[in-house]
Amino acid sequence: MLTAFAILTDGLVYAAYLFLVAVGLTLIFGVMKILNVTHGSFYAFGAYGAATAVGIYFERGLPAAGGFLFMILVAMAIGLVLGVILERGILRFVYGKDEVVIVLVTYATFLMLEDVIALIWGRQSYAAWQPMVAAGSVEIGDLVLSNYDIVLVALAAGVAMGGYWALKYTRYGRLLTAVIFDRETAAAFGVNVTVVYTVTFIIGAMLGALGGAVMAPKISVTLGIGVEVIVLAFAVVVTGGLGSIEGALTGALIVGLCRAAAVHLVPQIELFVIYAVMALVLVFRPYGLFTQAQPRKI
Amino acid sequence: MWSRQNIAGALAFAALAVAAPFLPSWLVSLATIAFANGLVVLGLVILWRAGLVPFGQALFYAAGAYTVALMSRYTGLRDVFVLVAAGALAAGLVAFLIGLLLARYRDIFFAMLSLAMSMILYGVLVKTETLGSTDGFHVETGTFLGYAPRGAALGLALFWLVLGTCGFAALLIATYFVSIAGVLAAPVRDNEIRVEFLGLSVDRLIHLKVVISGVLAGLGGALAALAVAHVDPNMAYWTTSGGFVFVTILAGAGSVAAAFVGSFVFELARSIAIDFFPGTWQIILGGALLLTILFLPEGLGSLAGRLRRVPEKAS
Amino acid sequence: MNAILSVRDLEKTFGSIVAARDITLDVPPQQVVGVIGANGAGKTTFINMITGHLRPTKGSIRFEDRDITGLPSREITRLGISRSFQVAQIFPSLTVFENMCAAAAIARGPDSMLARALVPLRSRATLEEADAAIELFGIGSWRDARSATLPQGVRKLLDIAMATVGAPRVLLLDEPTSGISIEEKFGVMDVVMSALKSRKITVLFVEHDMEIVGRFAERVLAFYDGTVIADGAPAVALADARVRAFISGTRPEAVAEAADA
Repeated sequence: MLTAFAILTDGLVYAAYLFLVAVGLTLIFGVMKILNVTHGSFYAFGAYGAATAVGIYFERGLPAAGGFLFMILVAMAIGLVLGVILERGILRFVYGKDEVVIVLVTYATFLMLEDVIALIWGRQSYAAWQPMVAAGSVEIGDLVLSNYDIVLVALAAGVAMGGYWALKYTRYGRLLTAVIFDRETAAAFGVNVTVVYTVTFIIGAMLGALGGAVMAPKISVTLGIGVEVIVLAFAVVVTGGLGSIEGALTGALIVGLCRAAAVHLVPQIELFVIYAVMALVLVFRPYGLFTQAQPRKI
Repeated sequence: MWSRQNIAGALAFAALAVAAPFLPSWLVSLATIAFANGLVVLGLVILWRAGLVPFGQALFYAAGAYTVALMSRYTGLRDVFVLVAAGALAAGLVAFLIGLLLARYRDIFFAMLSLAMSMILYGVLVKTETLGSTDGFHVETGTFLGYAPRGAALGLALFWLVLGTCGFAALLIATYFVSIAGVLAAPVRDNEIRVEFLGLSVDRLIHLKVVISGVLAGLGGALAALAVAHVDPNMAYWTTSGGFVFVTILAGAGSVAAAFVGSFVFELARSIAIDFFPGTWQIILGGALLLTILFLPEGLGSLAGRLRRVPEKAS
Repeated sequence: MNAILSVRDLEKTFGSIVAARDITLDVPPQQVVGVIGANGAGKTTFINMITGHLRPTKGSIRFEDRDITGLPSREITRLGISRSFQVAQIFPSLTVFENMCAAAAIARGPDSMLARALVPLRSRATLEEADAAIELFGIGSWRDARSATLPQGVRKLLDIAMATVGAPRVLLLDEPTSGISIEEKFGVMDVVMSALKSRKITVLFVEHDMEIVGRFAERVLAFYDGTVIADGAPAVALADARVRAFISGTRPEAVAEAADA
């Protein structure tokens, strides 16, 4: 019974983490049809930025909640800047090229940014545990839950609901949805697709950085965290259906719960259960859970 | 089949084989690994020509490598020819089975499913204690039909083994490229539905290509295992697959020779970059890939073609 | 005389939408059939079912006395029924000759995939077959042009020519002259029909231009609302009141003029 509860809570926390990391990736793919490997860099920059921010903030003995907020704002600012530089500086020159070519471009920039991170922050690892420790924990029966994890889950839920609401009910959100469905027709109706692309990429970058920032207190921030996370994010996004926020949420939940179950019950499969789930979903739903196949008319 | 690129490649190949004993040993080792990896690249070229780019070829690479390592450790077989053949065969079997599923997908989903498969293997390898987890394990030195070289002689023997294997593979694949299955890659890439309506099962054709590229990748991995004398789960990691794709794009899909030349140039460039720019070599190589994609979408191999075409136009 | 193509009670529904229903007909060998009807009337659904792109919900299709209902397109092609496309389906990065060689190699090549990996594509038989088809359809002057650069008329001819290299006995042409200018339509159809006649191929062609139908068809099938409302000689079918109301319009004289020309 305890195990089941532990699986549920662990699964939810892990799902929250996966969702925050994956939502920006799926948004960028949905609107721009780009599978953005550089998303791993956004995550890493967010984590490093958060670690630096936490270091600066907590030296002054200011209240912990502020530290959390500060860390997030710094990370998202870094995401914004990075997003602008990459989209305007590199990506916009390859729109219209083959899908796979664009993925390789984002892979190239990802590699380059790995070195940039090392140049800025060096090769040592950073810790940013203060917000997590300050948040304390709560006891439910025999289980101890970190308040930070609860905040994480709440944040993920908030982003999910906020994103869903924004896409459906705001004017700009509906514009984005139109571009997701059919870029050409949207452009023919006067939507400035270039601006939409830039804005989407920046939002995606900020969300990626947010994911990294929020995870920073839980991990050791070192080189290579982007490398690990990007392939996880791919799995979640492809499982749920590229371009769908509901897909990212569902994919994250499925993967999160399966992984938690593996960790507690069959630890040997922990590392690959995520990819096995993705492969399984693709067998039955070749385009992911929430995407329809687009048949070709002849 | 005997295009100018391939003839030049064959000559360079012969020259290398003869010159090897006189070259510095670091260059010979580098070339050994580069050509072994070139086999993986060749397999990727086969799929790229049909419009498919898998992100998980490391699956077959690692399968070949670990087959060699495990056979060597548990059966006491040391003959390199037997081990390498076994590695290629094992990878081919995996490719045949995985291919049954993979061949039904295209574009990004083909790439991602391939990636997922390789990460599953990675996960298994990392979690298996007997295989050394993340550290992997050592591969015993092989023997060459009874002959057991050591030291510099071993380096040369491995180099000639790799060179010979690559030459043999190059000949086979060059023949493949002019075969019906090989030439039909472009039509499949252009308009798969028409190919079906003309009477060919595209899924089965792609399955064949997955198997051939899997065997080549396994061959590369098997040779790499012997050359480096070590295997570890990183051989199945997505960054390894990414590296192979990287080289494929740089080299281009123009000819068989391009795969090996491209791989060699890449290994050399990477070695030099790491030595002289330890903190920024990824920036340099990433930048090179970026520039290639932007200005030479057909890879560096197409440069050779372009240089030749200009004089023809002028006359 | 046995029909080369027989269709019985053919029906296709997509959920609650009935795209085609109650189609029953026999086509004798070497007949040239014009298939007319407004968009959405069921003509393309009919063709897609015969060529295996769609599986019928009900009914059967027989070809040369063999049940081919529900077989995949590639098998139906191998059995002897080919089709051309409304939007020409060619291989844009290849030359006209390379397009034709690809089609010939698929049609003539060995059946096992492994054998295809060993047999060179440019065998003498394949090259000759490709050149013969190019000659037959009169696109020889475009032989080495990249097919992406072809004008529309030549693209359609290439598309149709590729469908003939497998020596089909039945050929379905989906709007062979669509996208071709009025001056050139008749010329293109002349080339196509004489080529197909010389190869003794049974033809069903979908067409919106009634003058072309009048000129080239021996028999007309008129589709409306998913089913056949008229089936007979052009003069008769095109004069049918419902055909005039729903499809051909009210000037049958123009058709008669074209038929006499």
